[in-house]
Amino acid sequence: MIRLEFVYILTGLLAAGVAVVNALDAAHPRRWANATFWGLWAVTFLFGSYLADAATGAIVMAMAIVASTRGVRGGGDSTSEESRQASAARWGNRLFIPALLIPVLALVGTLTLRDVRIGGVALVDPKQVTLVALALATIIALTVAMVMLRPGLATPVREARRLLDQVGWAAVLPQMLAALGAVFAAAGVGKAVSTIATQWLPLGQPVMAVVAYTVGMWLFTIIMGNAFAAFPVMTAGIGLPLIVLKYGGDPVVMCALGMLSGYCGTLMTPMAANYNIVPAALLELPDQYGVIKVQVPTGVALLVVNTMVMAAFVYPR
Amino acid sequence: MLSLIGVLLVIVGFVLRINPLLVVTVAALATGLIAGKGPVEVVGMLGHAFVENRYVAIVWLLLPVIGTLERAGLRERAQTIISSLRAATAGRVLLAYLALRQVTSALGLVSLGGHAQMVRPLVAPMAEGAAAARLGALTMAMRHRIRAFAASADNVGFFFGEDIFIAIGSILLMKGFMEQNGIRIEPVQLALWSIPTAVAALLIHGARLLRLDRTLAAAKASEERGADDPA
Repeated sequence: MIRLEFVYILTGLLAAGVAVVNALDAAHPRRWANATFWGLWAVTFLFGSYLADAATGAIVMAMAIVASTRGVRGGGDSTSEESRQASAARWGNRLFIPALLIPVLALVGTLTLRDVRIGGVALVDPKQVTLVALALATIIALTVAMVMLRPGLATPVREARRLLDQVGWAAVLPQMLAALGAVFAAAGVGKAVSTIATQWLPLGQPVMAVVAYTVGMWLFTIIMGNAFAAFPVMTAGIGLPLIVLKYGGDPVVMCALGMLSGYCGTLMTPMAANYNIVPAALLELPDQYGVIKVQVPTGVALLVVNTMVMAAFVYPR
Repeated sequence: MLSLIGVLLVIVGFVLRINPLLVVTVAALATGLIAGKGPVEVVGMLGHAFVENRYVAIVWLLLPVIGTLERAGLRERAQTIISSLRAATAGRVLLAYLALRQVTSALGLVSLGGHAQMVRPLVAPMAEGAAAARLGALTMAMRHRIRAFAASADNVGFFFGEDIFIAIGSILLMKGFMEQNGIRIEPVQLALWSIPTAVAALLIHGARLLRLDRTLAAAKASEERGADDPA
């Protein structure tokens, strides 16, 4: 059975390869910082399931120290604009085949692999189908690209290194923030925030309870970076006791628009790193908050919309 | 209330633009220590949670194939194709992607988008190519603005499309939470009540994407005036 561990080993091998390419690159001024950072990351993927928690924690701290003192930086492009233009003219639209194979195969895999059984055993761990399907789609797309383009066997690792160095520490941030969320939850941060919210927000009227709930979902999501973390806390603190039980509101309307108010917060916070900080790095924006800045007006406007829709429809008339 | 010191550290760290990995590590350690755990236990909590959340990094497996295709001219090809379409502008390209991302997410096809697989290799180059075909050479500031909006189109389309699909994680989370509290709700109802906001998201963000074309044209015009007039 293909489990998530298989995908972790692939990712670990990729990170290790990126570390090696960096270490061998004598022309790169930061090659040892980069190699150390990606090498440590590779260890957490390859051996994370067997290492003691404190040992992994020490590796994570070492990565943070390397990133903040030495930095993780990319070099330049591996090819010239002219050579890429020439290659684009040569291959034409065939270049899109491997690129579009990834989402299409990931989708097909998600829909079909769940039911594939060999000798009574599921081929893919049913709980992890989406992630395993994405990994398998990537392998197939890479194979197709290699057969088609014949770029030399080391090219994929070298190109992955170029991109991963460009993204730098931001590649690890989503994982770190998820870890922070777990520590916050264990330390009771959610309870403290909901206590503050229920004490300080005006909740005396039905409409004010709606405003407190949507704004609370939005604010808590900005702090935690994840509407899923905010939903149980704010709903238990404000939504259920006040909107539903005290004022007789419709739980469906409350839930749906409350969660969507949280998503307005997701658009506006660096804590949602995989949506906001990682793309800024991937797209080589000079401002790490560049994506957030263009999303703020939309986030605020949709928060107003959510609040108005909930205020208009949650209570029976 | 002391447990909120970690939150405060994160906010201060992000505002001062200290390296986020360092900020998050320090905030996690401080929060654990304040909650009364021993130092080794706190480091262990951090390590355990980091390993548990490795799945969020799986998207990086895409880099070898994306990088290899970029080297072969994928982004240049995407730009060429789009600049041959007369009607294409940066805003219209991104509006089309926003709508596509929202509709496919609403059908549960959330893996059809994403920043590493779609935005960087295809959507952003297409939007930049369309703008360059209309306006001529783009400044870096204009390119960065187009790219930021390309990322935003993916996010807005995904967030405000996915809740219309009844089997998505957030719908199941809401249903599960309410059931624990003794209230039964139907996923279909939750999905229906997500539609008004989805429409508003398409209208509001779509209008902002179309306005991007005017902002770019104005930036180009003022740049040319500046170039004509050395004083």
